[in-house]
Amino acid sequence: MLNKLENSESLMMIFAPERVPEFPLLLADLKLDFAAIAPSLPFILTGLWVTLQFTLISLFFGFIWGTILALFKISSFKPLYWFGMAYTSIFRGVPLLVTLSVIYFATPQLTGFNIQPLQAGVLTFSLNAGAYVSEVIRAGILAVDRGQTEAAMSLGVTYKPMMLDIILPQAVKNILPALVNETIALLKDSSLVSTIGAQDLLRRAQIVGAQKYVYFEPLLIVGLVYYAMVMVLTLAAHALERRLHRSS
Amino acid sequence: MSVSDHGQQQEVAIAVDRLYKSFGSLKVLREITTEIHRGEVVAIIGPSGCGKSTFLRCLNLLEKPTSGKIYIDGTDITAPGVDVMKMRQNVGMVFQHFHLFPHMTVLQNVMYAPVKVKQLPKAVAAEKAQQLLARVGLAEKADVYPSKLSGGQKQRVAIARALAMEPKAMLFDEPTSALDPEMVKEVLDVIKAVSLTGMTMAIVTHEMGFAREVAHRIFFLDGGKVAEDAPPSEFFTQPKSDRAQQFLEKVL
Repeated sequence: MLNKLENSESLMMIFAPERVPEFPLLLADLKLDFAAIAPSLPFILTGLWVTLQFTLISLFFGFIWGTILALFKISSFKPLYWFGMAYTSIFRGVPLLVTLSVIYFATPQLTGFNIQPLQAGVLTFSLNAGAYVSEVIRAGILAVDRGQTEAAMSLGVTYKPMMLDIILPQAVKNILPALVNETIALLKDSSLVSTIGAQDLLRRAQIVGAQKYVYFEPLLIVGLVYYAMVMVLTLAAHALERRLHRSS
Repeated sequence: MSVSDHGQQQEVAIAVDRLYKSFGSLKVLREITTEIHRGEVVAIIGPSGCGKSTFLRCLNLLEKPTSGKIYIDGTDITAPGVDVMKMRQNVGMVFQHFHLFPHMTVLQNVMYAPVKVKQLPKAVAAEKAQQLLARVGLAEKADVYPSKLSGGQKQRVAIARALAMEPKAMLFDEPTSALDPEMVKEVLDVIKAVSLTGMTMAIVTHEMGFAREVAHRIFFLDGGKVAEDAPPSEFFTQPKSDRAQQFLEKVL
């Protein structure tokens, strides 16, 4: 038996008695046809601008909203605290695609307002990012030494400048990696707007695929574009982190 | 107005009236009533856990008194509606662990509050900060970040930062307890120099020699009460209570 197992032929007999499926393992065997979609490349890459638009606007509002929510959650005024906690619980508990669908498809039904994909996407992502970012910022604020608050208070510094000039800069430094993660997640999640008719990178790849009957090539291209953007973000974050840590 | 033991008429800077402070069921301060006069230096000493730091922190409301009143320059700062931030501008505080702002340079640390709180023009605040740094012997460290300083240097910057607000009184919460022994003196020298300018000061300290040399009065706290209140010459030679005698035997 041992001897048989060592023999590769008998192994074949045991695990693949009929035939070994011939996967197309060579690139040439994939029969990729980038030439067919080359004319559509500008069309696909125009989606980069759309994706960035959704991402950057949502990032801006999401971070502001997240900061406000974080302040709610560390507030000693209980209703604000409860609101912050309930809000986070809901937005973290419901899939992003569900939230997006509700906002895009249900808003006209409920209010009569014909919401545009950009508005619906930005609203959804800002509300969603706010929930996640607020948790990160809250943890960052709580991690700043209590003595910093006391030192500021003992100098007569009021709440707002204390938060903006003393606590938040120190908190952000500690949570920068987590915030970069949030930004990356937001960038990638923005591809969900392809389901509400916005012509972002992913949607354009699908359109080209449907026109030319080739799906892999356009999807590979947008995958690489997303990956490249995430890499740029990561490298920029590393550089920023090094700069921030130079002072301490 | 009251007559101090120096025999002069002296204005009351800080008055404390039946101050109580509890943390949950733990009673830390039990009825403290006292007065500190303008220009007076009070050293607050006592065994650990006796409420020294809590008492000091009540004086600028970093701790909220459970009951009782505190008057600064005759204003009851515990009354509802009092501008606590305004009060704190007049009462500087120096902490055991310095609490410098780590993301600001030494100069920025010192000029931050005058610019933000008192709305002093930046140039004016910077020049004043530079003078204060010179006063604590750190003029050349203005553009350095706190992480590059020794403990003693950090504490001197913290003193300069508190003085920059031109407070009427200063509170020191164990200013040398976190320092390496060889750095204690440089900080005590700076505190002593401040005391000689006529600043009203309350210092929680374990440095008995320093208390004896610099303080006009010693508060000996025990069990949340001022067990003894006497000039150092009297306190260190003939303590009245048994508790103070025992304490001095251990620390001297």
